[in-house]
Amino acid sequence: MGMTITEKILAAHAGKTTVVPGELINAKLDLVLGNDITAPVAIKEFEKIGVDRVFDQAKIALIPDHFTPNKDIKSAEQAKILREFAHKYGIVNYFEVGQMGIEHCLLPEKGLVLPGDLVIGADSHTCTYGALGAFATGIGSTDMAAGMALGEAWFKAPESIKFIYYGKLPKWVGGKDLILFTIGKIGVDGALYRAMEFTGESIAALSMDGRFTMANMAIEAGAKNGIFHVDEKTLEYVKPRAKRNFNVYVSDPDAHYAQVYEWDVSQLEPQVAFPHLPENVKPLSECGNVSIDQAIIGSCTNGRIEDLREAAAVLKGKKVNPNVRLIIIPGTQEIWRQAMREGLFEIFIDAGAAVSTPTCGPCLGGHMGILAKGERAVATTNRNFVGRMGHPESEVYLASPAVAAASAVAGKIAGPEEVGVK
Amino acid sequence: MNKLRGKVWRFGNDVDTDLIIPARYLNTSDPKELAQHCLEDADPTFAGKVGQGDIIVAGKNFGCGSSREHAPIAIKAAGVSCVIAASFARIFYRNALNIGLPILESAEASNNIAEGDQVEVDLDTGKITNLTKNESYQATAFPQFMQELINTGGLIEYVKKRIGK
Repeated sequence: MGMTITEKILAAHAGKTTVVPGELINAKLDLVLGNDITAPVAIKEFEKIGVDRVFDQAKIALIPDHFTPNKDIKSAEQAKILREFAHKYGIVNYFEVGQMGIEHCLLPEKGLVLPGDLVIGADSHTCTYGALGAFATGIGSTDMAAGMALGEAWFKAPESIKFIYYGKLPKWVGGKDLILFTIGKIGVDGALYRAMEFTGESIAALSMDGRFTMANMAIEAGAKNGIFHVDEKTLEYVKPRAKRNFNVYVSDPDAHYAQVYEWDVSQLEPQVAFPHLPENVKPLSECGNVSIDQAIIGSCTNGRIEDLREAAAVLKGKKVNPNVRLIIIPGTQEIWRQAMREGLFEIFIDAGAAVSTPTCGPCLGGHMGILAKGERAVATTNRNFVGRMGHPESEVYLASPAVAAASAVAGKIAGPEEVGVK
Repeated sequence: MNKLRGKVWRFGNDVDTDLIIPARYLNTSDPKELAQHCLEDADPTFAGKVGQGDIIVAGKNFGCGSSREHAPIAIKAAGVSCVIAASFARIFYRNALNIGLPILESAEASNNIAEGDQVEVDLDTGKITNLTKNESYQATAFPQFMQELINTGGLIEYVKKRIGK
């Protein structure tokens, strides 16, 4: 029987010709990632192992992005552990504030993840790299420590679920809406332990930034990984960035899928996930009158250049509602510079938005936009759990950059058309 | 015999890692400090009332969300001896095994055990006995490799063994 793209990547890295779902394998790692929250715990565990070097200085990425630029003394101490470890062990891919970006925006941009790679990261949104046709999955700090020492990790090969999307997406509807719609249909454990394979004509038409957004939120359906096939758009993205060879894997026509979903998305509306789970999804027309105090545009989900362009298209010539704080966070320095060159910051500042240096910041309630008791935010981030962005009695609504920008102008959840943008 | 016995604290479905340990406390990795905020946003009184050896019983998809190992660390450091759930989110599942927090998957146990019940867990067989209700339930067995990982004392001990340290 044929294999899926996920099974092929796992087999290749385990030195096998085939793997079947459920099989336990030891696989070689192309990259091991950690950040300022997870790596300090991993470093403590790594030192318990008692080796004097990492498996490969060029295959570890350490990125202080969550509570940086350091938000308080304790965070500064955590970031310092990361920095000192990177220096001591000669970690090539350590990115200091100034070069740093949100890890899942930064690594693909630097060409550090390529098609066919197997990547583990001590961050649940490591699944983002599936957009490149790589197998990438989130793990914890102890797995990261073991990965840094061995260059290998154990995996249970997952079953795959295929998602096929048909039709041309309407204006102002994109990757964020597709993935929210999907999670709304299957639930927050609808793909538990499984691979989500995204395909179909709507996916072929989707930009790389849109694909990153979708793969990013595979974890919000419980998935082990989300994955896309490599096409011309992928190669166009990857080729100028790649400094090594890579392998393109394709699912066989007779590959086995645990489930197949097919949706016509040609009439899809912008989608909004209500508190307190990403599965509480409603189409924009059913959202009702939800006033907001804050809007966040950024994060590993929607902090890329196309997301900022989409926000700017809505905000151009508009003013942020006086009752709303709009905070915009480009994902990396390169995205920041690009947005600056394109004049997007002019539009944001004229509208009354604040623009931040890259950071995960408010997405996880770290800093740079924490909510008070009873406050509501629309955010382009990935989670709306209780207390996610601040006070346990605050609320987060997940949406696309277009909806977040329009909502900031309207002072309530709204789409671009409602604020007069065609 | 590898048995645990404790009083049960009940939680619902989809208990996420932000509920288990909010990110506002992740500027430290000190287990004792994390334990003081364990499950704070689900039940602000939990850390103050949970006793050594107590057992958490929850619904489906326990530990969904972030990869933060601080979540099982906080639970373990709070004195909880074991978590029983109808199902676990996959990163939490891995993390719990790796740090040596026993977890058992049983929908039947999850459906029938109430808050305050006294429960005994046999980690070798996966048998869960509800001493209050005089019932027993069977948890899903771990695959052999994971059982070995647990028996070796967690992932770090396993890695040490592999590289001959």
